[in-house]
Amino acid sequence: MDAALRDLGELISASLGDAVSDFHVRNGELAVEVKRDSIVKVLSFLRDDVNCQFKLLVDICGVDYPSEEERFEVVYNLLSLTHNIRVRVKITTDEDTPVPSVIDVYNSANWMERETWDMYGIYFTGHPDLRRILTDYGFEGHPLRKDFPLTGYVELRYDDEQKRVVYEPVKLTQDFRSFDFLSPWEGVQSQLPGDEKADSTVDGGKGDAV
Amino acid sequence: MAETEIKNFNINFGPQHPAAHGVLRMVLEMDGEIVDRADPHIGLLHRGTEKLIEYKNYLQAVPYFDRLDYVAPQNQEHAFALAVEKLLNIEVPPRGQYIRVLYAEIGRILNHILNISSYAMDVGAMTPMLWAFEHREILMEFCERVCGARLHMAYFRPGGVAFDMPPGLAEDIAKWAEEFPAFIDDLETLLTENRIFKQRTVDIAVVSAEQCYDWGFSGPNLRASGIAWDLRKAQPYDVYDKMDFDIPIGKHGDCYDRYLVRMYEMRESVKIIQQCIEKMPAGSCKVDDQKISPPSRGDMKKSMESLIHHFKLYTEGYHVPAGETYTAVEAPKGEFAVFLVSDGTNKPYRCKIRAPGFAHMAAMEMMSKGHMLADVVAVIGSIDIVFGEIDR
Repeated sequence: MDAALRDLGELISASLGDAVSDFHVRNGELAVEVKRDSIVKVLSFLRDDVNCQFKLLVDICGVDYPSEEERFEVVYNLLSLTHNIRVRVKITTDEDTPVPSVIDVYNSANWMERETWDMYGIYFTGHPDLRRILTDYGFEGHPLRKDFPLTGYVELRYDDEQKRVVYEPVKLTQDFRSFDFLSPWEGVQSQLPGDEKADSTVDGGKGDAV
Repeated sequence: MAETEIKNFNINFGPQHPAAHGVLRMVLEMDGEIVDRADPHIGLLHRGTEKLIEYKNYLQAVPYFDRLDYVAPQNQEHAFALAVEKLLNIEVPPRGQYIRVLYAEIGRILNHILNISSYAMDVGAMTPMLWAFEHREILMEFCERVCGARLHMAYFRPGGVAFDMPPGLAEDIAKWAEEFPAFIDDLETLLTENRIFKQRTVDIAVVSAEQCYDWGFSGPNLRASGIAWDLRKAQPYDVYDKMDFDIPIGKHGDCYDRYLVRMYEMRESVKIIQQCIEKMPAGSCKVDDQKISPPSRGDMKKSMESLIHHFKLYTEGYHVPAGETYTAVEAPKGEFAVFLVSDGTNKPYRCKIRAPGFAHMAAMEMMSKGHMLADVVAVIGSIDIVFGEIDR
């Protein structure tokens, strides 16, 4: 299986030339990293090429790596029913750089891009209707960014005097507690507080780096 | 006579509407009684599940999956458990796999009988709902007996299942599986050839195979359009490759075919349940790795090491090696998948949940355009949506 995926990866990168910057097979899954501006071309190729036939775009999602230069990764998961394979296409972007919309290639991208915009604030150019989708009307911020607090900024309450629901800043009776369970005895991958100088092999938080 | 300007009429469907199957607000632009434009507003049940999971360890994330598609909770847990197992590179012992497949199929039947009966109620039939809930109750009792919870099971955990099946349960499920096909027959006599039911569903919202691809359909909705695709066959997980079952497909891709596919799938699920019980091997139901599955209560009383493992597992949890995986299962509603990114700590770095209903809901406008207002209700019923998973 892995060999077949690697062959497919080579075929994709050979056919698309510069557009593909890298591909790898891990855990039996093929992931292709491509240049942001050529995403439409890449997905069209993957959909129409005889050896690919990735006719289903099953998912688009963002991942946030604040420490990276281009912090967001946009991940497209494709499925080919004819060949029974999956592929993952990835591009990177930051807060200000828009990503070309792939809505002309797959209609299903419509809501998925709206969701990615809502959750991460990744802007898609050429999208006909880039509204928020999951959050409330008039919501501010992009909740799945790593710098967005888990508790959010506002909370809702029914006000008996005004006879309506009102927004108020979040008031917590107790701070949100994030426990540090990293044990000094085993399984430590990341740095412990106070250990900064001891070890320089720090996991930057990016899963693929290892 | 003065010329009158005819203006399209906007109506709000939901968010509190019995046929909206939850909290769906749909803004419909009507040209007379014909739907011109449908704009579903979703997210009224958004709870930020993906964000919450990033702040919980892997075991604590399991119950969130129950609360996505709360009609068939175990199938969601299945996807998460498989994804974590893939990153941990462990394999569940055969008994654990059989129990999971058994309960995943119970989940499928739970889902389909709820969908078919509520769908029938949407288009005017009252009795199926009453009959079906009797069987849902029996099935939820089986869930309760195995893990203590009727609905939110938290039973499929990374590394296996939480507990072994109690004695006598397998026999009771087998007995039920004997009787259940008769119930499906009864249900069919009410609906399949029912004139009113057919008038409301045949040739409504026909989706072609090409449209299915384009809109990212999966599950019964994809199969109703004539595409023989089922992840249980195509990319088998756990012991589905050892099971003998058929994949029903539809011919026309209309609301009626989607109903028929679900009806037939229930019969196939019963077959799988019977095979699971027949072939279920003895042995452990979770991995024999103390760093991942917790020790038994008895061991904790005797062994210091077990006590430490127990403490560590329920505070820190296990660390999952860095990496990422997209793992999908054939949930009752379609392809339910988890895109899991791990950074090597005890908490997921990113856990994207791919809900089948999201893609189906997105195609709502395509399906209901040109149909009557009353057909919108039939379409919503036929694509089988639950807002827990769409809004996440």
